[in-house]
Amino acid sequence: MNAEELLYCDTHEWVFVSEQDGQKIATVGISAFAVEQLTDLVYMELPAVGAAVTAGEEFGEVESVKAVSPLYSPVSGTVTEVNEGLPDNLDILNTDPYESGWIMKVNVSEELPESLLDHATYQRQCGEAS
Amino acid sequence: MTDEAAQPEFQDDARTALYDWHVEKGARMVDFAGWQMPIQYASIVQEHEATRKNVTLFDVSHMGRLRFNGEGAASLLDRLLTRSVKDMQVGQVRYSLICNHDGGILDDVLVYHLETPSGSRYFLLVVNASNRDKIVNWIEAQWPDQAAVELCDRTLETSMLAIQGPNAIETVAPLLNINVAEMKYFRARVTHQMNKPCIVSRTGYTGEDGVELIIRGDQTNHILQNILAAGRQFEISPAGLGARDTLRLESAMPLYGHELDEQTNPLEAGLGFAVTWVDGEGNTREFIGSEALAEVKAQGLQRQRIGLVMDGRRAAREGYGVLAEGQEIGTITSGTFSPTLQQPVAMAYVPHQFANPGQSLEVDIRGKLIPATVSSLPFYKRT
Repeated sequence: MNAEELLYCDTHEWVFVSEQDGQKIATVGISAFAVEQLTDLVYMELPAVGAAVTAGEEFGEVESVKAVSPLYSPVSGTVTEVNEGLPDNLDILNTDPYESGWIMKVNVSEELPESLLDHATYQRQCGEAS
Repeated sequence: MTDEAAQPEFQDDARTALYDWHVEKGARMVDFAGWQMPIQYASIVQEHEATRKNVTLFDVSHMGRLRFNGEGAASLLDRLLTRSVKDMQVGQVRYSLICNHDGGILDDVLVYHLETPSGSRYFLLVVNASNRDKIVNWIEAQWPDQAAVELCDRTLETSMLAIQGPNAIETVAPLLNINVAEMKYFRARVTHQMNKPCIVSRTGYTGEDGVELIIRGDQTNHILQNILAAGRQFEISPAGLGARDTLRLESAMPLYGHELDEQTNPLEAGLGFAVTWVDGEGNTREFIGSEALAEVKAQGLQRQRIGLVMDGRRAAREGYGVLAEGQEIGTITSGTFSPTLQQPVAMAYVPHQFANPGQSLEVDIRGKLIPATVSSLPFYKRT
């Protein structure tokens, strides 16, 4: 996925929404900026397939040598798939956070929150943060 | 030393002499005990591994450096410190604790007995940055005879650099006009750098061999460049407080504010080696806290510091509950993912019946009980 076509939470998750068989499927991951800030990742807790997630609420966590960070869902809906191989190969997040580093897919049940940021706005925010 | 003008100055964002260099090196700067310090330059794990396998440089100028001059210095420190000071030879360094009257730990320190090239002897106390203010005030309050001792807080006029790792000695040896390779661990010498005094000690907080240098603040950048040039053959790199924490944790060195505080005594902290009960003449030593500690010793320990190795990859962090058979029995004081062991490790306090290596316990990691095993300490020891 092209980073520029994604939407972002201010908590550094990205989301890409596509239509599949009339369903809205959101693919969710974390941004390259987040991975760079976290560094030294050692663990990721994925949600269960079938779990309900809510926009703005925690769906998992990622842990680095230094600290634990919650992962917040950009969308509301039901988890249809998780990237099961990711926790054992977190290095993928350093090299390919927007493609093979996806975390979960969600069958979206509500409109996307208006608070999601486009790439340019998100980048600007990261620039201010760093 | 009791007038206000002589109190050390504290700022919220004190900078070491190397602040600009850290920023230039891309360090993430954080507030640590009122100092702007580098937490990491790039990767904590890389800085950790470079220290274990090669050589790194740490700016530890935030540590408090208190110099004691005068005839009364040895007696004063001997009363303040749990470890005997009076019998220290010139060139010795000792790890010790400063306790309150209840035996609670006010700080853990290194005390150095040194001699200037001109022959005057003095003591140096290296204290935690977070405790410097408290310790200076405590010492002044315990002063028995002001005339015989002069306390100089040298923290702001000097810098402290730690060069650590298996290649540390070879890195600094060409820069020093003493034979550092022949110095034993926990020894220190006063020498010169660019015609100014420089204290060299074979000490550190990483579990590796290495040295710490105390130098004049205005010479810091120049000496840094010399160290970097001398270490180029080993690709010496800077390391930050993040790696310092993972390194000391693997080596099971306690950190004040985590394993140690005023509610903790040296014996339960496993630091009995730093308490001298009897002096060289066979007399019971009297130091601040000695009566309380003697009572602790007589009654036995309520709890003790242990090491835990976790199942899985989630680290037990400070404050998490430690459980045995579903009952909370203790608390994690620090924990991380050990880069060397490739497993999460932690330290905690638990009642002594749960403290034996091999004991199975659980840690409440954000609502999930994760199995953990009591491990002997340290987790890592250099060979």
